[in-house]
Amino acid sequence: MGSRVEVLNDHGYRSDGRRQFELRDIGIDLSQQNFADGSAIISHGLTQVLVSVLGPREAKSRSQTIHDRANINVELNVAAFSTGERRRRSKNDKRILEMAAAIRSTFEPVIQTNLFPRSQIDIYVQVLQQDGGVLQTCINGTTLALINAGIPLNDFACAITCGAHSTSPLLDLSLLEENDLPHMTIAMLPKTGRVTLVTMETRLHVDRFEELLGLALEAGNVLHEEMKLAIDKRSRTLVAAMKITWPGVGEDLVEKDFDH
Amino acid sequence: MISFTSFPSEPGLVQIHETTRHHPSVLDDMDVDDAGNDLSDKRLTYPGETLTSSHAFMRGHGTYIENEEVIASVAGIVERVNKLVTVRPLRTRLFVRYNPEIGDLVVGRITEVQPRRWKVDANGRQDAVLMLSSVNLPGGVQRRKLESDELQMRNFFEEGDLLVAEVQAFFSDGAMSLHTRSLRYGKLRNGQLVSIPPILVRRLKSHFVSLPCGVDLILGLNGYIWVSKHVKQNEQEGEEGFDAAAVYSNQNDEIDASTRNAIGRVSNIIRVLASRCVPLTDIILLEAYDWTMEQDGGVNDLLQDDVSSALVAAIQGRG
Repeated sequence: MGSRVEVLNDHGYRSDGRRQFELRDIGIDLSQQNFADGSAIISHGLTQVLVSVLGPREAKSRSQTIHDRANINVELNVAAFSTGERRRRSKNDKRILEMAAAIRSTFEPVIQTNLFPRSQIDIYVQVLQQDGGVLQTCINGTTLALINAGIPLNDFACAITCGAHSTSPLLDLSLLEENDLPHMTIAMLPKTGRVTLVTMETRLHVDRFEELLGLALEAGNVLHEEMKLAIDKRSRTLVAAMKITWPGVGEDLVEKDFDH
Repeated sequence: MISFTSFPSEPGLVQIHETTRHHPSVLDDMDVDDAGNDLSDKRLTYPGETLTSSHAFMRGHGTYIENEEVIASVAGIVERVNKLVTVRPLRTRLFVRYNPEIGDLVVGRITEVQPRRWKVDANGRQDAVLMLSSVNLPGGVQRRKLESDELQMRNFFEEGDLLVAEVQAFFSDGAMSLHTRSLRYGKLRNGQLVSIPPILVRRLKSHFVSLPCGVDLILGLNGYIWVSKHVKQNEQEGEEGFDAAAVYSNQNDEIDASTRNAIGRVSNIIRVLASRCVPLTDIILLEAYDWTMEQDGGVNDLLQDDVSSALVAAIQGRG
């Protein structure tokens, strides 16, 4: 086996120098990507994901239209260069489809789909770098891209990975920790504290679950603050830009809306 | 007359956010200290933020009600008209999708032929519907559409055809129904389609514009703009020299080089103005066209950054 990396050493530090409950650095870029109605690039540490949202627009096929609400279509693509694993994952790989389905089911109660009957909202997720917590990054990125696209949401969806090293819980696992520890990913709605997603691929002792869930909810609130700040900054930039390039745009829009 | 006011922003709070980050529990305390839950201090909001109680206010677009609270569902600017609270979303592309209203003139493209109806892409949330009963028959005959008409629907409109129509009504799911029962509406040819954000097309007295350079424009309110060769009034289909076949013809007329040039120039002007968020009217277009002719540049030069900046500056200087 050669040398082994200690997941959590005696002094309470993890292999990348974080403490037990420390989250990785979060980077958020909400600038406009080419054709998308809304997009976001988000990174949790070295894991980086680009999410583009298109729509609501006419559904591609008749079978996908739902008469009273919008259909949410998630397509996940993992860049071949994003991982150390030398294996090509196609778009129809089972793991990738499952992850896309998880993202979709996370957002079904969050997006106000009943406002757009018979249309479709496309969410394209591109994984650019992987270092653990891919699903968590995808969900957080999707929340931001949806907000950026102006699609009505009930709340943010904030996702976080947590695991247990013997009896000590860890938050926001890197790939190295994810490979060694039992872990789960949780998505929560910060306003109500509801949980929209819990997923586990490993076996976790039932006694650890409650503690992990509580920690994950708290971490979700921290992520929420970060995402709020990013959205707020973006809104301010847009307002400032609108005032410069197009004075009086606000008044005009309001009048137009209320004329009829 | 109703007046609209936005809520004043609170500069102090913003600076705190810009510099330091706090644990959520600490932040909660700060909010309480600032008594921030009063509606009047909020200006920018985000999904899930409680705006006010639903007893005192009515919810508008961009909000929803839960537990007797009005909560924002989009990120944007909070606006209040008397008791109505709305949130206007801020987006990079202003209102990408078109919100139809009855009577709007739209330009669309046929996407599908279905029994007794066509589906039309008109830049909306869903495809618009053009019923067989709301098109004119070639020759302008007024009669009920028969089964034989149903069988030759592709002779009227085929997939990919462009048309100009008016919004007639809405279906219960919000899809719009179009009609082309006027001699001015119908299939489009002899020109080029330019697509811009719908918000940039202003409502005008007439959306059919004829420029003196031999170019006709149809400014669809959905942001699709048709730039085509000028057709003389008396040669228009349906007028005196009526040609039954021409209404649904797929064949372009002969277009000479100077007209092609003019069409290209006008299209490029529209693209340039749209990229700089300049709202489009016939007057602005005319001024822009004259300006480009004075500059004596080629049609393609317009798309260069320095030329387009100069054009926009010139327009805004005159306006």
